[in-house]
Amino acid sequence: MLNQLIQGILLGGYYALIAIGLSFMFSVMRVINLAHGSLLIVAAYALWFLADTYGVNPFLGLLIVLPLMAGIGWALQRFLLERSARGGSLLPILTTFGLAIVVDNLMFQRFGADTRSLAPFIGDLSWSSFELPGGLFVGKLSVLIFLTAILLVGGLQSLLKFTPLGRAIRATAQDPDTARLVGIDAARASAAAAAIALVTIGIAGAFLGMRGVFDAYAGAPQLLFAFEAAVIGGTGSLWGTLIGGIFLALAQSFGAMVHPQGFLIGGHLAFLAALFYRHFVARQLVADWLRSRARRPA
Amino acid sequence: MMKDAKSFNVTRWTPTSRLILGLIAVLLIALAIAPVVASAGVIDRLTVLFVYILLAAMWNALAGFGGLVSIGQHMFFGLGAYLTIRLANTGLDPFASMALAAALVGMISLAVSYLMLHLKGGEFAIAMWVLAALTHRLVNLDPLIQGETGTSLISLNVYEIGVRRIAIYWAGLTAMTALLAALFLLLRSKTGAAIQAIRDSEEAAASIGVNVLGTKRVLFVLAAVGIGLAGAIWLASAISFQPKTYFSVQWTAYMIFMVLVGGIGTFEGAILGAVLFFLIESWFGDAGVWYLIGLGATALFFSLFFPKGLWGAIERRLPHALLPIGYTLSDFSPQEPHSRTANHQRSR
Amino acid sequence: MLAIEGLDVRHGQLVAVRDVSFSLEQGEILALVGANGAGKTTLLRAIAGAHAPSMGRILLGGEDVTLLPADRRVAAGLALVPEGRRLFADMTVEENLLLGASAGRPGDWTLARIFEAFPILVKRRGAKASSLSGGEQQATAIGRALMSNPNVILLDEVSLGLAPLAVRQVYASLHRLLASGATILLVEQDLTRAMSVASRVACMSEGRIVLDRPIAAVTRDEITDAYFGLNKAGGGNQAAAC
Repeated sequence: MLNQLIQGILLGGYYALIAIGLSFMFSVMRVINLAHGSLLIVAAYALWFLADTYGVNPFLGLLIVLPLMAGIGWALQRFLLERSARGGSLLPILTTFGLAIVVDNLMFQRFGADTRSLAPFIGDLSWSSFELPGGLFVGKLSVLIFLTAILLVGGLQSLLKFTPLGRAIRATAQDPDTARLVGIDAARASAAAAAIALVTIGIAGAFLGMRGVFDAYAGAPQLLFAFEAAVIGGTGSLWGTLIGGIFLALAQSFGAMVHPQGFLIGGHLAFLAALFYRHFVARQLVADWLRSRARRPA
Repeated sequence: MMKDAKSFNVTRWTPTSRLILGLIAVLLIALAIAPVVASAGVIDRLTVLFVYILLAAMWNALAGFGGLVSIGQHMFFGLGAYLTIRLANTGLDPFASMALAAALVGMISLAVSYLMLHLKGGEFAIAMWVLAALTHRLVNLDPLIQGETGTSLISLNVYEIGVRRIAIYWAGLTAMTALLAALFLLLRSKTGAAIQAIRDSEEAAASIGVNVLGTKRVLFVLAAVGIGLAGAIWLASAISFQPKTYFSVQWTAYMIFMVLVGGIGTFEGAILGAVLFFLIESWFGDAGVWYLIGLGATALFFSLFFPKGLWGAIERRLPHALLPIGYTLSDFSPQEPHSRTANHQRSR
Repeated sequence: MLAIEGLDVRHGQLVAVRDVSFSLEQGEILALVGANGAGKTTLLRAIAGAHAPSMGRILLGGEDVTLLPADRRVAAGLALVPEGRRLFADMTVEENLLLGASAGRPGDWTLARIFEAFPILVKRRGAKASSLSGGEQQATAIGRALMSNPNVILLDEVSLGLAPLAVRQVYASLHRLLASGATILLVEQDLTRAMSVASRVACMSEGRIVLDRPIAAVTRDEITDAYFGLNKAGGGNQAAAC
């Protein structure tokens, strides 16, 4: 039981990791990027290609792939999102969905139907584990992923809070017109935000490839996991994403205990429960609280 | 709206739209009696076209008129097919099962709408996808379906193959015609005016007393019923049911493609998009992955450069809408042919 | 310092600013008055780059900035304190002020000097902008504009919606700014206050400037007449003479 709990929490770290980029883009650019999952796979394939062809260790490969992802993010904002956002808030959904279809099928065209993994290129990290007191084993990779998620969330929060770029990104997210009036190049701030989001996607894609297998169409389910984690944690909140990821993973583990096919169902139901809570229970609680406050001063 | 009502003539039916409607009636009659002359292959392909038109029109009803972009409409497609199998398994006639399944899909969508319609924009879009994934998993649990192995609509065998083909064809034609007519009438009704208002500005519509949520719900349920029927008809012509192929996001991708290319938010655009998609699929469908890349790239291109689609470009060159959903305002005063806007300003 | 030549600004069909021309010398303080809807805010927003004019030119220090986006105009030395203050509500006072320095113009204004000029902000530096009082918000908005070290500062309705005491506080801190020789274009509903700080006054009516004179050469009644468009009936000549 304790073992399952620990495994669930660690898996939650993975979900948080893949959700960070989605959540970040939504909170600072107001875009839900439907190509998110596909871009995770792009990063995984890029690392696999470097490892398989040139023998580059995936961790070293990140030095090449992350700048590449940043460039993709920059271009994505400048050439696609900026343009489609002018057509209203719904159009970027269709644009990124179209992009996902193109990217998925291009990867299939290039890499075929075989599943790939980065696990063979990282030595014993993929299977070795730490032994905890009480005979519990936790995978080293899972721990690394969990710590990376925490570091990434903390790093992004600090960036947003303490750097001029972070302030510019937040100001642009809140009110792009006024941001321009105080001297911020709003287009540049958004493009930088997209580049940062894609860097986090690159990191997440690396771990996606290390902890399992992937193929060209593996992006869609990852997008759904990321989205579920982000919504359960409260869309747009980065620390919330971590909580949401853990909650999702625990619900999945619970589902798997109830029924052999219950893993995904458990996660989806947790997502719906979170939505239900947010729209009916939480709203009611807030209304009650406001009412009780309104009564008190009288 | 206009104080000076005398000088205007408000019409719905222009001579053009009467003519178009007459042509549509002739076309429908021709399609209804087509099986007498057409070959089996043509009949099968036309059935496919009907399903595509239905899918496009329904996704467009939701996104183009209701402002609800859903990436999970394949949920209703799969459910329509699954419930048909489920009902037929109880001994009900397969065609009756199809109709009843669509009605059940409508009820399910009504229940679902109370949660989902609270979501906005992209959240609604992916949340519907999650819901579709959940429905897929739950259907897999049904012992009748045997997981991904699937099953078949065996009871269709009571009809002889030639009869069956024509019956399915007619079912498709009837379903398409009925739902397009329902959408057309809905858009012309009082709800249609509410839909227009919501499309212009949701807040403004709410502030003048339009029931925004209720109006969206009508469209949500209509779209679900239509797509459910499409799934049932697809099942009837394909016979076999594998959850994976029906609960596939590919279906939603097709819907989006058809509507984006045809013209989102116009009644005619969705139909045009479906016909184009049907032709593209007939010509390039064998190209495999490149065909899919092409579809995605085309959708991407239209979303960036022609967000109003082909019909948007055509419509600008037409004096009136072909089908009278709105009203046509003509001015009698000869010196100002375009005084619709001019007069508006004067009255301020 | 700032020159406007034949500026037209439209909101769709509506022409909000018509053929406006004037120029501001270094150290001049021009008060722009006029009824609601006269086009003052639109004019300021067009100068700041938030609205593209349909005709005319805007020159800043002799450079044509008409086609520059708003953020580049800030970098060129123009700052707007927008109507309604438009602070970033989720961010703190200090963060709002720091954002003002985004353009990276060198100059005397630093966080420390802003807090010196607006002592009411010192205690509130870590507070979210949304929790500030009206006067504190206005001080933050002005401070944010000053942080860009502008040559020309545009102030839009700085006293609107403020309690009288807060207005006095804001103007008290403004006086120090005025004394420093800054070039200012000020939109103000309160005529008395406008006349007390300005060196020149211009009156807008229906998108046009109908009066533009040094403060010493104009009476209150003349401004009031122009304000209500009373001299419009007198024909083009008189309007031009105004």
